[in-house]
Amino acid sequence: MQVLFARHHVRVYRFALRLVRNEATAEDLISEVFLDVWRQAGKFEGRAAVSTWLLAITRFKALSTLRRKPEQELDEKTAEAIEDTSDNPEVALEKKEKGAVLRKCMEALSTEHREIIDLVYYHEKSVEEVAEIVGIPEATVKTRMFYARKKLAEILKAQGIERGWP
Amino acid sequence: MNTQNKEMQEDIELLLPWHAAGTLSRRDAERVERALANDNELASRYEAVREELGEAIRLNESLGAPSARAMENLFAKIDAEPARALRASFNAVAWFTGFVASFQPRTLAYAAGAAAVAIMLQAGLLAGVVLQDRQTGPQLASVGSQAEPGAFVLIRFNPQANAADIGAFLTEHKASIVSGPSAGSGLFRLKVADKAVPPAELGAIVKRMQSNPVVGFTVPSAN
Repeated sequence: MQVLFARHHVRVYRFALRLVRNEATAEDLISEVFLDVWRQAGKFEGRAAVSTWLLAITRFKALSTLRRKPEQELDEKTAEAIEDTSDNPEVALEKKEKGAVLRKCMEALSTEHREIIDLVYYHEKSVEEVAEIVGIPEATVKTRMFYARKKLAEILKAQGIERGWP
Repeated sequence: MNTQNKEMQEDIELLLPWHAAGTLSRRDAERVERALANDNELASRYEAVREELGEAIRLNESLGAPSARAMENLFAKIDAEPARALRASFNAVAWFTGFVASFQPRTLAYAAGAAAVAIMLQAGLLAGVVLQDRQTGPQLASVGSQAEPGAFVLIRFNPQANAADIGAFLTEHKASIVSGPSAGSGLFRLKVADKAVPPAELGAIVKRMQSNPVVGFTVPSAN
């Protein structure tokens, strides 16, 4: 368990943090995730990579936590994120920091779009693995990623960065 | 035929993010490569995908690592688990008392002596591990948690590259592997200069590295 924890806890934490946007909640989540793993180790059939299994459990627990939170709090957090995007990119643009603007705009995406962007780009999950983690068909994984990127392009455009797509 | 071509083009476009991340099957990766070679517009969109990939990695890497509290909570909960299981199945204390009572006094004395030596050895080993852990700290995995002199990049080598190719690449760029590959990915952290360099210079180094076929993907990394 110590080896498993040492190997995967940072990625599990980052995935959880991107979903719940709160460090303390993300830390609580990772101990819950690994405790579940410890309890259910016998149920792991080895059909998927361990990291895929861990991310699927993390996602389930993170979304359950988000559902338990008052709606108002969620709205405030979303509003904060959007506000950040409209302020900081202007400053960043002056410094010609396109990368910083892009990162800010990624923060402003919906939870659904953020998670697929992270799973594909950062956690390096294949179409099949994302389908397993998120629990949707593979064709939906591809179109959801497409729409996440389209939304990102729209937010970037609103911030003055035209990418010529979509 | 035209409709079929359009559908194929759309399908290829949907696969671009996975191609950039290096997670497509060989067959699909070859399909995408062929399409990119014949379609300049698709190639420019692919550049946008690679840009997103780089920034998504930087964003996630900037999130740091959890504190030791998470690990402490986990192992405290795990420690509590077997105790419940034992109580449910049988009385361990009663079993152990009966087991010890069945020994002759001399046997018991030898066993106690051997146990004391074993405990002392274990204590020494555990102390060593704990002290070592304290020295390195649980934040080891956090990229950039400690400022280190030099200039660094995050890099993923092409899956087809062999050890000799990578060795030659490192020599050519006077780079050394500082850490990696990170869990679940093929990302390495390379030191490319002994002193910090201006962002533009680091960008130029990244660009030069990126043109090498050994490299799948690379971005500047914080110290």
